[in-house]
Amino acid sequence: MSTMTSTTLSPLESEAVTIFREVAAEFERPVLLFSGGKDSVVMLHLARRAFAPARIPFPIMHVDTGHNFDELIEFRDRTVEEFGVELVVASVQDSIDAGRIKDVSGPRSSRNQLQTVTLLDAITANGFDAVFGGGRRDEERARAKERIYSHRDEFGQWDPKNQRPELWDLYNSRHRRGEHLRIFPLSNWTELDVWEFLRAREVPLPPLYFAHKRQVFSRDGMLMAVNEHVEMLEGEEPFEATVRFRTIGDTTCTAAVESAAFSIDDIVAETSVARITERGATRADDRVSEAGMEDRKRKGYF
Amino acid sequence: MRRLEPLRFATVGSVDDGKSTLIGRLLHDSKSIFEDQLEHVEAVSKKRGNDYVDLALLTDGLRAEREQGITIDVAYRYFSTPRRSFIIADCPGHIQYTRNMVTGASTVDLATVLIDARHGVVEQTRRHSLLVSLLGVPHLVIAVNKMDLVDYSEERFEEIREQFTEFAQKLELRDVTFIPISAFAGDNVVDRSANMNWYEGSTFLNHLESVYVASDDNLIDVRFPVQYVIRPHTNEHQDYRGYAGVPAAGTIKPGDDVIVLPSGLESTIAGIDNFDSLAAGVDTLDHARPGEAVTIRLADNLDVSRGDMICRPHNRPQVTQDLEAMICWMDSEADLTPRTIYTMKHTTRTVRAMVTDLRYRLDINTMHRDEEATSLTLNEIGRVVLRATEPVFVDDYRRNRQTGSFILIDESTNQTVAGGMIRLTNT
Repeated sequence: MSTMTSTTLSPLESEAVTIFREVAAEFERPVLLFSGGKDSVVMLHLARRAFAPARIPFPIMHVDTGHNFDELIEFRDRTVEEFGVELVVASVQDSIDAGRIKDVSGPRSSRNQLQTVTLLDAITANGFDAVFGGGRRDEERARAKERIYSHRDEFGQWDPKNQRPELWDLYNSRHRRGEHLRIFPLSNWTELDVWEFLRAREVPLPPLYFAHKRQVFSRDGMLMAVNEHVEMLEGEEPFEATVRFRTIGDTTCTAAVESAAFSIDDIVAETSVARITERGATRADDRVSEAGMEDRKRKGYF
Repeated sequence: MRRLEPLRFATVGSVDDGKSTLIGRLLHDSKSIFEDQLEHVEAVSKKRGNDYVDLALLTDGLRAEREQGITIDVAYRYFSTPRRSFIIADCPGHIQYTRNMVTGASTVDLATVLIDARHGVVEQTRRHSLLVSLLGVPHLVIAVNKMDLVDYSEERFEEIREQFTEFAQKLELRDVTFIPISAFAGDNVVDRSANMNWYEGSTFLNHLESVYVASDDNLIDVRFPVQYVIRPHTNEHQDYRGYAGVPAAGTIKPGDDVIVLPSGLESTIAGIDNFDSLAAGVDTLDHARPGEAVTIRLADNLDVSRGDMICRPHNRPQVTQDLEAMICWMDSEADLTPRTIYTMKHTTRTVRAMVTDLRYRLDINTMHRDEEATSLTLNEIGRVVLRATEPVFVDDYRRNRQTGSFILIDESTNQTVAGGMIRLTNT
């Protein structure tokens, strides 16, 4: 009989796999949010690891602002095909066309916040009762407070002052009809843990994460990619730089960092000594106020 | 992945004893704070007119917390040193948020109880130490904080040590270490204090880096709660039937004789799989230990489903519908009253249960058992007798934290209303 030693599984990976299985066992209609970003890629791989040799027993959903990096959409479609999962696309443009939300305009506009309505509408329309997100507690101070099973009322709202107790690994999945739970299997992972997983499992990623030459311009001390969805302001000049993205949202609110990290090894080395958090370095959306993320999360944001 | 097992630890203690400041100091002096986070904290401190940088702002992430300068819910923080990585649960000190403290402390290997050197052991010190004891946290650090405000007095430190030791006689604490610190001034947190030469023990960080937790796992009693049945229904794996889960205790090996509860049917372990072993095409993993997510195959085709328990024929948990437990009541809306039916989650098994008797309510301060009590209200602790609608497979919590714990859920509000620790003996 051929055997293998099971020392390859880290405690964090076991924890995440266990959460995936628990949700599949207790909820009727889970869905995994998939943006093509590195955290959601890790999530998809963990889901596959949880149910092997069976297929992943739930669909994935992309909330599409229409302002994507092309590389990301290509990567998404390739991944969906490889994993044989069902993809649900919730489109912000559709929500705008249906009059559910008003589009924003102007050089500093971003559809980032509009996603909340599209997301909640799609959850309701599909009857999803558990929504897996790749959020990590090390990302941001409001996320640092959130439970692994995070309850959302019928308006999709989070009540941070009244979270359910969550003891041991006994998760409370009960909810009323129309309510749902957000599930965060990567809660206890750090950015470095994510990269170490991607390296150890040799997981393919969108090319945007690796250093490449790109036309950028400087705004608020961040390097934004020159692209059709962002209007440059007076005094903003495009220039070429060698950059990579530490996080990838849509093109209007994600900035690049200068980097010479061309491989995952380089990125792990760079992340180990990083002095600025990934969101601090690259996310315009978190700079709105002291509690920008908390306010968005309360309304049902990711 | 990482060379060392991460250490999960919680900071608990009374409000204003400096829990968040200690974590801020730990992160700051171990150079784990990112520049943008520090800039943010500095800016907010300045905006508020503080004389100094308030490191507590690093963990108090909610608007309401920052407005009031208190911790309402657990904040989780992550940092690593070259020797180990850490997951910190920064727990609230206010009595009304005790349930959040219990949430944070239920999963940790080590708890740090902070004591303000000026005030010594106070009610919240006792409450939190009792909860740490009930939750069976294997290691405890008593960090006597604000030593700078008592002139770094050895005498005062010894006084508090005696105070605590006397009170702790009534608790079940296994490994207790006392460390004099000043989180505000940085003494003995990361760097050794020049102000307390009389103290010869480890600094706080040094202690965290070296505490040995692997021996805390129960490797003897095999307990495998079946979490999820994997049946691929694909051409490639037509006959595959695996039981996914995590050993709650014991080491499982291929060829082991096992029994499945509640059916009592016996079989042997045919193989242990995970994604990597399946991808590599090997027959089985050589073993599975507590905490490792795996999938088990049995040699015989038995009826096994979620909520069943796989164990060794000669070492079984107790199979029972009647339980005794210490519970912590966590519902702010309704009190615990006997005869109400709740949903009970125990391992992967969900049943309904009713509290048939409240034996006593525990007075946190005096440890007095009030046998006249007829109900428990928010944050109270009591000894109860429960009757479940179906058998559950239990061990004493002190022997096994997984098979000895449960939660109760209110069936009308869906709130988690209690955490329970099973007692199989009369203590």
